[in-house]
Amino acid sequence: MSTSPGGAIFKSVLVALLLTLVPLPSWLAVARPDLLVLVVFYWAIQTPRSAGIGLGWVCGLLLDAFQGPVLGEHALAVALVAYLGVREHQRIRTKPLMQQSLVVLAVLTLYQFVLWAIDGWSGHPLTTPLRWVPAFTGALVWAPLAGALARTYRPRT
Amino acid sequence: MAGFGTRSGSPYSRGGSPGFRFTLYALVSIVIMVLDQRMDLLERARYVLQALTYPVEVAVNSPVAGWHWLQRSFAARASLEAENRSLRTRMRTLEVRTLRFDALARQNAALLGLRHAVPPIAERWLPADIVDIELGRLRQRVLIDRGTRNGVFRNQAVLDDYGVVGQTMHVGPWSADVLLITDPEHDLPVQIARTGFRTIAVGTGDPNALALPYLPANADVKVGDELVTSGLGGVFPAGYPVGRITQIHRGSIQPMNQVIARPFAHLQTDRAVMLLWFRPGSPGAPAQKHPPQLPTGTAGAHPLAPPPPAPPLCTPAAAGSPVAGAAASAPPSGAPAAKPTVRPLKPVASPPRTP
Repeated sequence: MSTSPGGAIFKSVLVALLLTLVPLPSWLAVARPDLLVLVVFYWAIQTPRSAGIGLGWVCGLLLDAFQGPVLGEHALAVALVAYLGVREHQRIRTKPLMQQSLVVLAVLTLYQFVLWAIDGWSGHPLTTPLRWVPAFTGALVWAPLAGALARTYRPRT
Repeated sequence: MAGFGTRSGSPYSRGGSPGFRFTLYALVSIVIMVLDQRMDLLERARYVLQALTYPVEVAVNSPVAGWHWLQRSFAARASLEAENRSLRTRMRTLEVRTLRFDALARQNAALLGLRHAVPPIAERWLPADIVDIELGRLRQRVLIDRGTRNGVFRNQAVLDDYGVVGQTMHVGPWSADVLLITDPEHDLPVQIARTGFRTIAVGTGDPNALALPYLPANADVKVGDELVTSGLGGVFPAGYPVGRITQIHRGSIQPMNQVIARPFAHLQTDRAVMLLWFRPGSPGAPAQKHPPQLPTGTAGAHPLAPPPPAPPLCTPAAAGSPVAGAAASAPPSGAPAAKPTVRPLKPVASPPRTP
């Protein structure tokens, strides 16, 4: 276990990106959680010095390159998630996982709201209520995901 | 990971407080979004991005493709034979059908008073495989393995064996995004084959449904009516099958019918599609009325600005080009002479308005 989380961050981001791109049957793809956003949020909370808004912005730009209707849309939304994580990391980090899941639900809903607003402004609207489903599935997978990521790197505190 | 790491003591040492840094990144994002909305400015960047992302997409797709390959290579002899038999039957049916095609084309030309049969609309086809990848949740898009290296251009028509599939969006050197006709952003100009009534089929986000929201309540529509492309809009040639109307809700107080059609194309199960190049002068080719919407097509070379006369099938390409050439040469000579006579009082204000 090294002192710098860089390697763990890089690997987890890569795996999350690949899992975001893997094709799924359409009924399952609707519920696919935004794993990359969760990973960015986790590292923003746990290691706010190493991984922060810059990491979030780069990951968002990656999402834009693969999936975004407009370049910069996900970059802004994921940077916002990372900003919230860095800013409130001490308050969120000390909570039990169940309460963290509620915070994650709020953050992911905000993330979807930003995407929804930009989609509308840029003329690519998605008005179906199904777009809010990933916020809930994201909150559900937060606890196992945080547990798995905690095994890759534990900061010295 | 030099880009993300910092080793100094203070939590917020690099680039100020988190609020300041977030504002900075947000501003950069907004600038990029605005640039991307003005298509041509980031077109080059999109092309490069399409090229850079393609290897990753192929890598992600490779397990699925490998599985399909395994399935194919270990397919049982019986199933292969059955497939072979059905394909042979289908080929024979198609061949028998096309036997009469030339005769019908000649007969059609004779009926229309033309000396020679007009060549078919489609000039060239290119099969393309679908790379199975997630291109945005709830958006109806697919990635195909053909790009500018194969001559693919933006807003090119994509079909499968059964009907219209969609059109290309972002085109890279080896790959292209295809916007399916069922995407909420896609509007397809169609025609009801039975009545010739023209309307627009809008994607719903559901791969099995197209909506026809602009049909007035008194329009002649029935369940089972077939939709074909109308040739308007500049992307799809006229007459290609699109779908069949499956539901009609007539509300007594609503001015419009709610009509749903089911696309013929097998949008969910397709593994391969066809890219289509059409002959620009052909009578059935898409009407090029909006050059700004189709910047990379063949519209620029063919200034067929005046709309075709009443029977549009009677204007073959050979007769159309001299007319178009004369029309294109006339306005520059006529406009400066005509303008001063019409508005003699404003000689200064009129020139900016004329072009």
